[in-house]
Amino acid sequence: MLRFTDEHEWLAREGDVATVGITTHAAEQLGDLVFIELPKVGARLVKGEAAAVVESVKAASDVYAPVSGEVTEVNEAAVADPALVGGDPQGAGWLYRLRLDDPSALDGLMDEAAYAAFPK
Amino acid sequence: MPLDALRTPLHALHLSRGARMVPFAGYAMPVQYPDGLLKEHLHTRAQAGLFDVSHMGQIQLIPRTGSLVDAAHALETLLPIDVLGLAPGRQRYGLLLDATGGIRDDLMVAQCGDTLVLVVNAANKVADEAYLRAHLTGICEIVVLPRALLALQGPRAEAALARLAPEVAAMRFMDVRAIDLAGLPALVSRSGYTGEDGFEISVAEDRAEALAEALLSDDTVRLIGLGARDSLRLEAGLCLHGADIDAGTDPVEAGLSWAISAVRRRGGAREGGFPGAERILDALAEGPARRRVGLRTEGAAPVRAGAALFAEQAGDEAIGRITSGGFGPSLGAPIAMGYMPIGLTQPGTRVFAEVRGRRLPLVVNGLPFVPAGFKRA
Repeated sequence: MLRFTDEHEWLAREGDVATVGITTHAAEQLGDLVFIELPKVGARLVKGEAAAVVESVKAASDVYAPVSGEVTEVNEAAVADPALVGGDPQGAGWLYRLRLDDPSALDGLMDEAAYAAFPK
Repeated sequence: MPLDALRTPLHALHLSRGARMVPFAGYAMPVQYPDGLLKEHLHTRAQAGLFDVSHMGQIQLIPRTGSLVDAAHALETLLPIDVLGLAPGRQRYGLLLDATGGIRDDLMVAQCGDTLVLVVNAANKVADEAYLRAHLTGICEIVVLPRALLALQGPRAEAALARLAPEVAAMRFMDVRAIDLAGLPALVSRSGYTGEDGFEISVAEDRAEALAEALLSDDTVRLIGLGARDSLRLEAGLCLHGADIDAGTDPVEAGLSWAISAVRRRGGAREGGFPGAERILDALAEGPARRRVGLRTEGAAPVRAGAALFAEQAGDEAIGRITSGGFGPSLGAPIAMGYMPIGLTQPGTRVFAEVRGRRLPLVVNGLPFVPAGFKRA
């Protein structure tokens, strides 16, 4: 199940674990990425709080936790090569995975069609 | 984009080339093209980049007496440089100072035979014009030139421009010539804001697109946005007014003492006589309490403008701040500039910047980060 937030993140849920990344639109807006900071495995994320930082040549941008949960895995390949996020933000450029406090929290988010229609 | 954003004469060209436009100093300007900032930056260092800098101000000073000496004398009351000694066809970097020695703006002054032509920052051009009118109107007619400005920068810039006008190859760094480029009258200077060899080309607004297309027909030349312009100038250690220099910084602490001409210094033939002269000549004699330095991060995280600097990983007292910071594509690493107490400005000195609540280590680095490619000889 793929969901999107109005902060231009995507979440793919399998059971009670969701993979989180930034959308293609967000990656295009940020431009070439040169640095990524991800949360530590085991960290607790609270919905709406800064979870990661993506930095382009020009600017740093926070990526906010779209839902609450505990980080189970981070994309070390993206940390080593931030261009991965710009090149394939909705695939190999995922950011982190978290165990959801409440798997139903994703129900309120946009599906692919709603996000496509969301004003950007 | 604000609805009232001004457009440069190359607006349609930017849109047709897929530029992402952003508001800058009241204008809609291209921040990048589809290649993206990193490729645009590296292309400029390797080949030639074409920048639209038509948002900058071009201001002509025409002496009412017909004698350029009068205009030069008058301008020297506002700038600490040798304007009188500027030979025809040469230009010089200058600083407009305020009464306390702070920097109102930085600019280029070109000696064009019977007039002086200034190129000033876009964000300051309205204020600069008013300031010049307030101080020079009795002596000079002040004309804001309705002209486009294109910068062609990089190691292939000379060859690309020489296809249109072979005589540009004979120009040296900071030369200025009136030249016909493919039938278009242009004022060409050998200068720029990237650290590379290159040219700035002033042409009539309605001929700018034709000139840009003629330059872009050379496959070494690509359009480059303001994003790469900023990373290129940062690598070159060049100041951005409003960030690295402003009314709160003086030329000596900014590391711009070289822009105070010998004849305007103590013991010089035309000593002082510019705003803030006493303070600045004192600072030259005594040395500054703080100075602008280059900084490289030890880690991979960039440090941005505004970050506070600390001598220690723990101490409370900030000792300075970052004025420009980002990523240097030619170095493949973050770089920054900032002000530090004079005792901590030696290359190799380790300091810390606060980023997202953490102290990240930085090392003072000589400027520029990337050697300049100017054609001086």
